[in-house]
Amino acid sequence: MARSDVQLMLDVKAGDEQSFALLLQRYRSPLVNFLYRMVRNREQAEDLAQEVFIRVYRARADYVPSAKFTTWLFRIATNLALNSLRDTRHQRMEISLDAPMTVDAEDGDERMMDVADKHPDIEQHLVEEARKAMIRHAIDKLPEKQRAAVLLHKYQELDYGEIAKILACSESALKSLLFRAYETLRVELAPLVAGAK
Amino acid sequence: MSCSRMEKQMMPYVDGRLKASEQREVEAHLAACAACRVRMNEFRAVSGLLDELPQIEPSGAFDARVRARVAAEPVKQSWWTVFAPSPRAAFAASMLLLATIWIGSRPNNVNTGNGGSNGPTAQVIDPNDLPVLENYDILANFEPLTELPQPVQSDESDEADSNQSM
Repeated sequence: MARSDVQLMLDVKAGDEQSFALLLQRYRSPLVNFLYRMVRNREQAEDLAQEVFIRVYRARADYVPSAKFTTWLFRIATNLALNSLRDTRHQRMEISLDAPMTVDAEDGDERMMDVADKHPDIEQHLVEEARKAMIRHAIDKLPEKQRAAVLLHKYQELDYGEIAKILACSESALKSLLFRAYETLRVELAPLVAGAK
Repeated sequence: MSCSRMEKQMMPYVDGRLKASEQREVEAHLAACAACRVRMNEFRAVSGLLDELPQIEPSGAFDARVRARVAAEPVKQSWWTVFAPSPRAAFAASMLLLATIWIGSRPNNVNTGNGGSNGPTAQVIDPNDLPVLENYDILANFEPLTELPQPVQSDESDEADSNQSM
């Protein structure tokens, strides 16, 4: 039977390095995905995810299982992402003003090179990529806290209580935050929403 | 239920995370309010669109980089182990602590005068500690004392007394 996150963390606290490797294996992908969708830069997302794991490791001696492990983990990740976004805000504004409009693939431009091999119907593929880019762009335009709420809610499937703790707000405030975020997405994605109904 | 109250219930309803009673309340409102019904369907559609974004995989070197950083972390020691490499430091600290306690437990003396070390010093006396002045009238009339034999005075002491009076 698989050990729970809390048990693994308690084992790490007791000096078991192998348990830390299991936590790394369990959460590297969710963390990198969450951070990538927050900061929109793969390299930066991986650097931040590494930092999350290092902070968990450093805090092992003081670890007390007072909350769910994922709440703690994603709270660290969210704070790091929000700080990083604030630190690089000016830099990103300059890039967005200078850069030409591109349809970027989820994992970088390199995938666009072998489009013909994987997708005989290149036109259909470009339509799909444009659709994904529009969805990503709509998420990117959300205010940072709303974006974090949507990503934690939609992709990490955390419950409302957990997300509220991660974002340091009440459950009621979180529900309002999610409502505003989905309302913005509904407007931004209106052409796709009309087709999806 | 009003439309404004519906706002907070909309996403939990889409997720299916409402209690049965709340769900019935929301469904009753949706049946009566076309605007909320449209919005609810569009929220569902948005949620479906978000599912279309693919996951990314961390790079192959990700684990190795985390492990390298973990290996570079200093070994955490308890605070007491700070003294372990130097028993002399621990002994000196203990002596300092004992000296502080000993000095702190001594009665307070306050210098008077100009504050110099050679100036006259006086012990500070609490007025409550002063001896009670004897009431000489009571002592003079104290009966048991009258029964005592009178002290015999020697000639030498008489002479000394007479010299002092001179």
